[in-house]
Amino acid sequence: MNWLAVRSIYLFEMNRWRRTIVQSIVSPVISTSLYFVVFGAAIGSAISAIDGVAYGAYIVPGLLMLSLLTQSISNASFGIYFPRFSGTIYEILSAPVSPFEIVLGYVGAAATKSILLGLIILATAALFVPIRIDHPFVMVLFLVLTAATFSLFGFVIGLWADGFEKLQLVPLLIVTPLTFLGGSFYSIGMLPPFWRTVSLFNPVVYLVSGFRWSFFGRADVSVGLSLGMTFLFLALCLAAVTAMFRTGYRLKA
Amino acid sequence: MRPHEFEPGAASDAVIAIEGLTKTYKSGFQALKSVDLTIRRGEIFALLGPNGAGKTTLISVVCGIVNPTSGRVRVNGHDILTDYRAARAQIGLVPQELTTDAFETVWNTVSFSRGLFGKSSNPAHIERVLKDLSLWEKRDNRMMTLSGGMKRRVLIAKALSHEPQVLFLDEPTAGVDVELRQDMWRLVRALRDTGVTIILTTHYIEEAEEMADRVGVISKGEIILVEDKAELMRKLGRKQLTLQLQAALPAVPASLGAYDLQLAAEGTELTYTYDTKAERTGITSLLRDLSEAGIRFRDLRTRQSSLEEIFVGLLKEQA
Repeated sequence: MNWLAVRSIYLFEMNRWRRTIVQSIVSPVISTSLYFVVFGAAIGSAISAIDGVAYGAYIVPGLLMLSLLTQSISNASFGIYFPRFSGTIYEILSAPVSPFEIVLGYVGAAATKSILLGLIILATAALFVPIRIDHPFVMVLFLVLTAATFSLFGFVIGLWADGFEKLQLVPLLIVTPLTFLGGSFYSIGMLPPFWRTVSLFNPVVYLVSGFRWSFFGRADVSVGLSLGMTFLFLALCLAAVTAMFRTGYRLKA
Repeated sequence: MRPHEFEPGAASDAVIAIEGLTKTYKSGFQALKSVDLTIRRGEIFALLGPNGAGKTTLISVVCGIVNPTSGRVRVNGHDILTDYRAARAQIGLVPQELTTDAFETVWNTVSFSRGLFGKSSNPAHIERVLKDLSLWEKRDNRMMTLSGGMKRRVLIAKALSHEPQVLFLDEPTAGVDVELRQDMWRLVRALRDTGVTIILTTHYIEEAEEMADRVGVISKGEIILVEDKAELMRKLGRKQLTLQLQAALPAVPASLGAYDLQLAAEGTELTYTYDTKAERTGITSLLRDLSEAGIRFRDLRTRQSSLEEIFVGLLKEQA
């Protein structure tokens, strides 16, 4: 195991994050704060509690999940796409590093950034609405698992994309709508039966539900199922990355 | 056996052994056709070839950037596929394109390369490399603020950061000024003196002529020749004897028709081209026949054909 290489890639990526701190942290924190102001303090005060949780607090796990998903994908996809775009990927490919080590460095850094950002957003949310965390260990487990899984997903997108436009395609056109429709702002129990069934095909429902359970002990689907679905998606992403490295897809001619 | 074929007996002397290497891209283009090549430890090997001949593909396969279709490559006995860590750890690559991390500082990007190759931090070594390449003053500059020549130096520094045994230089002096080219040649020689094997591809024949111990010529994916540079020039080099005449000649006299003679400089220069490989060069008889024809000359000089002329000749032969 070439730990020094993993460390180098990890620190290189973290350094890039530090250089773009405004774009990386301040921007998502401000946009999330706006959600709390609008949906929590302004509109939220007119909405009754859901499952016994005040609406402002109820949307915290969903909003955190929204940031976690988009930032994980964005960090990891850009991290691997940019060296491909600029050509500096030659150095990674010619170094004595295994695909696993490359993924560990890039995805580890992307997940770290997302987790830190998630914690900052959580602290920001606490300024606007009262928050309680009933199951902190499960909360951290979901935070880490989701960050790692979607960073891996972002890595896959970064390998697949052949232009900057495609980098934005999946997060904007697929992930964000799925998150909005995945119970971030409501309980899927509030939907008519047909749409409730349709929602169960949305993987983000399981993430938001499990994450919300760790906060308030309330969930749309069972926590075990949420964890299972997260692990399933993690396994799918791992399989995709493995296949991509094995075939050299978009990396090696 | 052709001179470039792999010789198992010479394996201990071989730092890179390539056997039957083939690369066919998805488009169907066959970039390498069963290439056999042995690079000797500690030599400077120049790989010459026109655009699209397969030089960069060959380097890319050895370095792990391109997957081979078939064949085997070993670096110091380590297979590049089954023992890729050991193989790659010994190689430094300076790519043709100026691909750099625009926002990183020189120091950080060179240090990153060292870590990537599994070497623990060694600021003294990085400092030495940067100083050798006249980059020390620029160590805190971001890459995007550097000139093209400086970026080229940084790429070399990155390749040397992990103390490789083999250094690939893919068109190292493309687009750099004369001063930097001379600096690089000095550096390459200094590296060779420390035992580093250097393989360079180049379009500049004078670069190979100036530096290489051996020369390989690749064309259309095939190695068509590998030879010691001096031997190559001796074997294939044609020499020219130029005589500056006392009086201009209107034409080459018919009595000298047996010789390969050309008149130039308004009839005041007579050039005789001869083959150094021939048993007799014909110079003695030419001088005698010139004397008999009453042609006097003031001065004479000889000139060996350049590697470039040899290279062009080889490619013409192949075509």
